[in-house]
Amino acid sequence: MTRPPTHLERLEAESIHIMREVVAEAQNPVMLYSVGKDSAVMLHLAKKAFFPSPPPFPLLHVDTTWKFRDMYALREKAAKDAGMELLVYQNPEAQERGINPFDHGPLHTDMWKTEGLKQALDKYGFDTAFGGARRDEEKSRAKERIFSFRTASHGWDPKNQRPELWNLYNARKAAKESIRVFPISNWTQLDIWQYIHLEGIEIVPLYFSARRPTVERDGMLLMVDDERFRLESGEVPVERSIRFRTLGCYPLTGAVESEAATLPEIIQEMLLTTTSERQGRTIDKDEGGAGMEVKKQQGYF
Amino acid sequence: MNDVIYQTEALIAEDIDAYLEAHQHKTMLRFITCGSVDDGKSTLIGRLLYDSKMIFEDQLASLESESKKVGTQGQEIDFALLVDGLAAEREQGITIDVAYRFFSTEKRKFIVADCPGHEQYTRNMVTGASTADLAVILIDARKGVLVQTRRHSYLCHLLGIRNIVLAVNKMDLVGYDQATYEAIVADYGAFAREIGIAAFTAMPISGFKGDNITGSSRNTPWYTGQPLLAHLETVELDTTRDAARPFRMPVQWVNRPNLDFRGFSGLIATGSVKPGDAVRVLPSGKTSTVKSIVTLGGNLDEASAGQSVTICLDDEIDCSRGNVLALADHPPQSADQFEATIVWMDDDPLHVGRAYWMKLATQTVSVAVQPPKYEINVNTMEHLAAKTLVLNAIGVTEIITDKPVVFEAYADNRTLGGFILIDKVTNRTVGAGMLHFSLRRAQNVHWQATSIGRAEHARMKNQKPLVLWFTGLSGSGKSTIANEVEKTLNLMNRHTFLLDGDNIRHGLNKDLGFTEADRIENIRRIGEVAKLMADAGLIVLTAFISPFRAERQIVRDMLPQGEFVEVFVDTPLAVAEERDVKGLYKKARAGELKNFTGIDSPYEAPESPDIVVNTVAMTPAEAAEFIIRNIMPLK
Repeated sequence: MTRPPTHLERLEAESIHIMREVVAEAQNPVMLYSVGKDSAVMLHLAKKAFFPSPPPFPLLHVDTTWKFRDMYALREKAAKDAGMELLVYQNPEAQERGINPFDHGPLHTDMWKTEGLKQALDKYGFDTAFGGARRDEEKSRAKERIFSFRTASHGWDPKNQRPELWNLYNARKAAKESIRVFPISNWTQLDIWQYIHLEGIEIVPLYFSARRPTVERDGMLLMVDDERFRLESGEVPVERSIRFRTLGCYPLTGAVESEAATLPEIIQEMLLTTTSERQGRTIDKDEGGAGMEVKKQQGYF
Repeated sequence: MNDVIYQTEALIAEDIDAYLEAHQHKTMLRFITCGSVDDGKSTLIGRLLYDSKMIFEDQLASLESESKKVGTQGQEIDFALLVDGLAAEREQGITIDVAYRFFSTEKRKFIVADCPGHEQYTRNMVTGASTADLAVILIDARKGVLVQTRRHSYLCHLLGIRNIVLAVNKMDLVGYDQATYEAIVADYGAFAREIGIAAFTAMPISGFKGDNITGSSRNTPWYTGQPLLAHLETVELDTTRDAARPFRMPVQWVNRPNLDFRGFSGLIATGSVKPGDAVRVLPSGKTSTVKSIVTLGGNLDEASAGQSVTICLDDEIDCSRGNVLALADHPPQSADQFEATIVWMDDDPLHVGRAYWMKLATQTVSVAVQPPKYEINVNTMEHLAAKTLVLNAIGVTEIITDKPVVFEAYADNRTLGGFILIDKVTNRTVGAGMLHFSLRRAQNVHWQATSIGRAEHARMKNQKPLVLWFTGLSGSGKSTIANEVEKTLNLMNRHTFLLDGDNIRHGLNKDLGFTEADRIENIRRIGEVAKLMADAGLIVLTAFISPFRAERQIVRDMLPQGEFVEVFVDTPLAVAEERDVKGLYKKARAGELKNFTGIDSPYEAPESPDIVVNTVAMTPAEAAEFIIRNIMPLK
């Protein structure tokens, strides 16, 4: 190759290098899999990193039972195609107490996701977990290490992170301590979409525009994905041409009205739009400007 | 100023496929910005993000409201607020960590490492510089070259950054005066030559007003060079240079899905490789030929620096993680003694003689760091005498590794010349280093292969060698119990030897005192002697306070698995002090004895000792019997 590598080639090579370092040095790694576009890219990179072997770790989905139906369908297929074991964990306490996004607000995320993740890592004894967070997503993420060290109680102490030089990662830790690894730290949202486009990676159809039943609530467009959606008095689902820029629990994820039905159209729309990606989610807005930072210290991914 | 942006936007709107085609061929440049809070560093980065349209409307709205609330620019937008991330930092108004920012133009994608500039954050700047192709050194035009400018330039040069941009900022505040600018550039040029910076590119800018950032400014008609972005878009990348060097790939992982496939996975550090190329595996030196370069997308005809690949060879030769695949005719060397520059990064200072893990590329070895030859004052570049290195100190020293390491000088190869040091007990990354060269000494000292080895020695004595390492406070009863154990072993016809303060401190170690460094060296020597005796087949008993976990761990690591038995003689300080057999506690309390363990020097109790004896509950004879029962059968 006489030309210099493109930015996507360099990012891909870096991510693959990181995944191989983890597999070489960790005792019991796992890849967190949320079925979103970033997870899809991570899974694709893992296949590339270890080909012709299947990726030598399982996928873990920390489920809230409130994801979109399309996400559950792709989850099973993607794991099968990659030849990987899929572990699904649902916090039994959240299950038992019927925690849901309609009645419990922020507790829903806390119990299903934050607590669920800790419980799942403890249950299987995973010492290293790949996550799909990116530094361009949010201000406090910009300072996150690629290897993010967590205490035995899964806490993140921003003052106590290891210096990370060159591409040398220190994966050593005491028993019970763990490391979260973010192989796509240096990718931007545009990089992710462009890579999906170039590599032909399968993603959940909800990213593409289609006519779907929706209601408008508190300035957000919500999709009525199944019969559990509680309509308030006077609300009638309306068919709109919508798509999602980010995917989570369907009653908490705002859609955008859009006609973008192909990847280039999605990228075009994204580049011309003027609101940032996480704006469709409610999580960053708690606790003033420092929402994500507080959540991370509590063990949220 | 925003012409470039508007053109891009038009292209996106009219022909997204053409835009994507152009975007996918962009290259990537990583750079670091150096300067202190007052130099306008965050403002410059905020400006680059703003001008390249990486700020969305909702972010801009919150930026505007925050600017009014806590901003320092009156009613105007305070770009610095965009990039100061963590809550603690926002309150203090300083950046204390490395933050990475992303933006792109028509030609390149950029990753900016935004680092704090104060001296107490030297380690953060070194971290940011380690992955940068280019450094932007910011100078406040009103202040000129400051101590911090020198420090930042030195650190960037030390980390091997070849492209230095001297951005003379806040030109608006000096009336865009050419003479002011030229005086600063001349001043900097003299300093740069002094420390070995061969070339740099200077430019007059204003991050706040936007002069010479995306386009040439009308305010500086006398400046004929490129604006900052144009320079960033065209400067030569390190990967281009790396690709022209001989092929090297540190092996990360051996890919073996079945008996028919065996591939070596890694990220190519330098050079390029093709099927049919002759390669050498280091450090073994065995040669083979590249059979194929395997990827999910199909086999490659060629691969070069910066690509992650899996390489299959023609022969079934030994090769594993930590080995390096290299061009057969031009391999790197391996050695076990080096000179290196080390940047210390931990609150706990360097302990000379203590064993640390060194990670260099995919090799992890145990190393001992020698006393620094000198420390470098990062403000004046003076060489200072130093016994150790504390947080943020930079020094030149020798390093001895426990086995040969494949390396190249850092100046030639960042991958095979840069390393981190890891504390064996806390697992923290405590230092970073850059290898200069290997020391000849090591090359001339070869292990003499002997015919009668440790196995033969042990067989002749009809016993399994052991090192019973007694550790505990002064007066805990180590020597008494060790003596009891040795007596019993003698009755059992075992060949033993007891090392204690009397036969070591009066002879082999009589040059050592009781400072922390001397205590470490004391234990290292005792460990080496105990190991030789174990090699000779003996059961060795040692009775020393040996207060530091790390040193006990070093001795454990010297010996084969299972031969080091840590015996913790557990006596509370109050009990030992009350016994005070030698009257030492009394002297220490009176201040007549310095560095006395338990009083003014720490004792780190074992975390998982092999045997614990509690001398409050057991007599010395009972303790000895308990230990013997635990080490049986001794064969």
